[in-house]
Order: sequence, then C-alpha cells, then structure tokens
Amino acid sequence: MVAVELNVNGREAHLQLDPRTTLLDTLREHLHLTGTKKGCDHGQCGACTVIVEGRRINSCLTLAVMHQGDKVTTIEGLGTPERLHPMQRAFVTHDGYQCGYCTPGQICSAVAVLEEIEAGIPSHATDDLEKVAFSDAEVRERMSGNICRCAAYPNIIAAIRDVAGEDKA
Amino acid sequence: MKPFTYTRAASVEEAVRSASSVQGARFIAGGTNLLDLMKLQIETPAHLIDINHLGLDRIETTAGGGLRIGALVRNTELAADRTVRRDYAVLSRALVAGASGQLRNKATTAGNLLQRTRCPYFYDTRMPCNKRRPGSGCAAIKGMSRSLAVIGTSDACIAQHPSDMAVAMRLLDASVDIIGADGARRSVPIADFHLLPGDTPHIENALKPGELITSVTLPKPIGGTHVYRKVRDRASYAFALVSVAAVFDRDGQGRFAFGGLAPKPWRVAAADAAARSGAPAVAEAALDGARPTPLNAFKQQLTARTLASVFRQREARA
Repeated sequence: MVAVELNVNGREAHLQLDPRTTLLDTLREHLHLTGTKKGCDHGQCGACTVIVEGRRINSCLTLAVMHQGDKVTTIEGLGTPERLHPMQRAFVTHDGYQCGYCTPGQICSAVAVLEEIEAGIPSHATDDLEKVAFSDAEVRERMSGNICRCAAYPNIIAAIRDVAGEDKA
Repeated sequence: MKPFTYTRAASVEEAVRSASSVQGARFIAGGTNLLDLMKLQIETPAHLIDINHLGLDRIETTAGGGLRIGALVRNTELAADRTVRRDYAVLSRALVAGASGQLRNKATTAGNLLQRTRCPYFYDTRMPCNKRRPGSGCAAIKGMSRSLAVIGTSDACIAQHPSDMAVAMRLLDASVDIIGADGARRSVPIADFHLLPGDTPHIENALKPGELITSVTLPKPIGGTHVYRKVRDRASYAFALVSVAAVFDRDGQGRFAFGGLAPKPWRVAAADAAARSGAPAVAEAALDGARPTPLNAFKQQLTARTLASVFRQREARA
C-alpha cells in the first residue's frame, strides 16, 4: 500500500492505496464519489472523464498514485442539486441525456471543452490553426471521446451551445 | 492488473539507473496505452518508474533553429504550441487527428512514439501473436486484417503502427534523443527509430533495455504548404485506415509520409521524387512492393484517393 494525497473537489483526501488503483476506482470505491462512472474502463467511452489540474482526462487510464497532490474536480464538485453548474442546468433544460449514465463524463468534458476553445487550443475541426472559435462542428469533434449510447448528441450540443452563449445569436 | 511496485523518479539519471537495476521495470508517463495493456495483462511490469516529474515537459528552440520537444510534452500542449502551429503545422494537424481530447491531455510525445499496435490479435490474449508471444504465430495474416499493414510486413507480423503524430514527425525528419543507464546520450533519426517486424516483431524500436527518450528534435522549419489528411471508419476518434502527411513547396516539390499502411511511419524517397507527377504516381511509388491481404488490398486505392484529396487541399491553400 502507498500513501496518496489528493485534493478532490476542494477537500483534502489522505488515502492508503494499492498502486494498481486507478483514479476512477479511487473516486468511486475509496471516496464514494459515485457520480463519475465506469463504462469501458479502457479510455474508449469517456464516462469516467474528470478534470485534473484544469485538464479533462479519462480517470480509468491513470493511477491515483501518479496524481500525488493534484486537484481533481468531479461532477460532484462542479455543482450540487441545489446549486447547479451552468452546464448541468443546460443539460437539464435541453434534455441532454436519456439514461444518464454517460452524463457526468459528458458534463465534465463539456466544461473543459469550452475552456480549451477559450484558450485557443486547436482541434481537428479547426480550419485555420491561428483562429480557434466556438462552432457546433468544433463541439462535435472535441466531444468525440464521450460516447452516448442513447444518442442524445443533438441535445448535448444544444446544451453546450447554450452555455457558450451562442444561443443568443 | 498484476501487482507491481511503484516509484516516482526525481531525476533523469535516477530514472535510467533504477530502470536497469530493477528486474521487469518500465517507465510510465501518460500511461494511456501502458495501463490499458496492463489491465489486459498484455503488459505485466513488476515495477513502474513514474517519469512525469523530471522537467522533460518543455519546448525550446535549438541553436540550429529547430525545435526540441521534451519527451513529456502532452499531445494537447504540442498541438497548441505557437511555434508548432506556425512552423510545423503538419504536426499540429496530425496530433489533433489522433485519439480524443481526454487522451491528448495525458498522452506524451515520447509515449506516442512508443505506443503499441492496435492489431486485434495483439489485444486478444487467447490468440497467437508473434509480437505478444514470440514464436506463437500470427493470427492476423489469415484473420481480420482489414485495418492492418500492407507494406513493410513479414510472414511473422502484419501489425500497423497506430500513431498520427509519428507520421508527421517522420515527414519532418525528427530525431529521437535518448539517454542510457550509464548516462550516455545518443540521437536516432526517426527513420531508424521504429523497426520493421522481420522475424522479430516483438522488437519494435531502437531503444536498448533501460534507455529513456528525453526529447524529440525537429530540424529548422521547411516552410511550404502543410497538409495532414486522415481517412478512418468514423469522423473522429478512430485509428487511420490511411493517413497522409505532406509538405509542398512553391514549385511543386513535395514530401509525403503515410500512416495506417505499415508497421512504422512510412516514407520512401521515390514517392517524394514523384511529387510533380501527381497523386497516382506518388501512391504507386509509396506502395511499391506492397503485400496486402484480400481484406486490406483496398488500402492501395484508398492511398491514391487520399493523396488526390491532399493534392486538392494543397491547390486550395497555395
């Protein structure tokens, strides 16, 4: 067992873990934050997406021990049922889910996607590498690591567009 | 996963020293491929050396006007780097064509070069695979070979190299900077870094046991029009069936590197020399000597068509 310290949703966590424990299993089984979901457990579905040190990652494909001292934000840290994060509210408004299993990963990913566009990070949908701007095509491309078996994709795009402020146009 | 011990290296020297002194040790950086393979028990390291905190995450210009990319620079950071976007656009394009946003945030420059094939028989531990278990045979040659390599293969292995980034690195004549257990440093041209399978498909690159990649260096910018075109089974987040990295200069000279076709990023001088003759000539030169299976022979025509698209993109941008 190894000692691991994480800052999860603003709270310090002191853990004793088998080095094999993924960040995903740490969140769910040790910290009982079950909002983050295990889908494929191989980085293919995106259900386990969380934000670590400001970047979205697949929590199933990293070991907790590799994140000593890191700040982790899960769906529970974005908002609460009483105080929803704007992205959570937009997913409700636009019906951006059906069964809901992929939704925490979708929302964590979506929040980070808007920050990535804001930071000027290009994507495969970016025509001019020097000009990165919000568009539906950008969101579709950037969200491709989050699979939704219920295919709520059009409503997910609508929710993200709403938060990005593009709905006002 | 099989049990393993874990240490976090404090310096490059310490990392390479412990790699050569601990039996079954492996370096871990982003971990996006290694942990995937460890879960399937295709990789079973006894010891992991975490190299994420060695300061190998910087991008610097070299004295010769090139660019030294730290081994631990994440794919997202490299694609977004101002200099890369401006002077090595084909590399930015190739990077963002690969994987997903989540994976690019974690995957590293050196790890991308070292990722293993996604051949379905390599991943299926119930099947023979000379790469996974030397001497056990190749189930792919007469199996589901649609996505696999058509050139550079052998009777022992037809696995393809899955990287997009490495294709652009090959096009740009990158070199791979390496440090050994004794602290000795060397640099290997990327053309010589990945190895063809021959009868030893389990040996995939020029790294010796315990060696660590510290950076990848690009020569000074070559200018021109940069294009990366990737064809795959879905619009995003899939490995290439065929990909083409190309740089054209003003008088129609060009250079080409290919992904999805071979066990390594594929580039041949004859294809570059055929640039002025157009897409079909380049495709023919690039695939001279190809040995496709009935299931992946379509890649030859797809290569010509992908090149035709690349030539059109070039005209649109010139």
